[in-house]
Amino acid sequence: MEITGEFIAFFILSILAICGAVFMIFFTNVVHMGVSMAFTFLSIAGIYFLLNADFLAVIQIMVYTGAISILMLFGIMMTRHKETEEKLNRPIHYGLSIAGAGVLLVSLVLLSRGATFVSDAVDTKGYGIEKIGELFFGTYMIPFELASILLLVALIGSIIIAKKEGQE
Amino acid sequence: MLIASYLALAAILFVIGLMGVLTKRNAVIVLFSLELMLNAANINLVTFSKMGLVPNLNGQVFALFNVVVAAAEAAVGLAILFAIYRNRETIDAEKFNLLKG
Repeated sequence: MEITGEFIAFFILSILAICGAVFMIFFTNVVHMGVSMAFTFLSIAGIYFLLNADFLAVIQIMVYTGAISILMLFGIMMTRHKETEEKLNRPIHYGLSIAGAGVLLVSLVLLSRGATFVSDAVDTKGYGIEKIGELFFGTYMIPFELASILLLVALIGSIIIAKKEGQE
Repeated sequence: MLIASYLALAAILFVIGLMGVLTKRNAVIVLFSLELMLNAANINLVTFSKMGLVPNLNGQVFALFNVVVAAAEAAVGLAILFAIYRNRETIDAEKFNLLKG
């Protein structure tokens, strides 16, 4: 495989994403975990740029690194917690989790290497934001409206759930 | 660029998210790991939208819907955690054992 710019960018971005996620597993301070996850989400936005999904990359930066990371940090700050979280003290549970995740990873990678679903000639001319807009307001009109209703319901529902009970 | 490398990246991120969901004790971090798993699924969708057998934009549209659902899920999940915190004074996932027999 020749070394192209895309390969180098993919390499750096995937290393950043995986490092952020692995640090999230191994950090002990809860706030540090949140910040490393924000880095992972930012690197995934870069991966979207590599895949010609510019609009989705910008949405990823706005929604995940902007909104959800800050929301989670608020959630960490507003609930009392130990500064450093101790490990799960159930070795059987821990070992089974690691074994199951490892088996899943190996089988996923082997399956994706063995399968042939590659089409080489990729035409990325029509991957602009105009085409996404046409799809949203044409083919996917009803799911788009349903998504807006879902967001409204989630907004009202989370306010009602998080409100103090018995408060008028 | 090989499609398998993108799929391998998504698989690794998914498995790390699964580890977080299964082994972390802070419930906010569990919710965060869930978001990581959804993001790995999004990477797969976008990869197939560019290099799949039938490359077209539908994959990106599906990924956008996925982002909408993930945002709603994060908001409602965090609200439920706040309600639990008000009642139990903890967000340690080990202590959520009200339904335990």
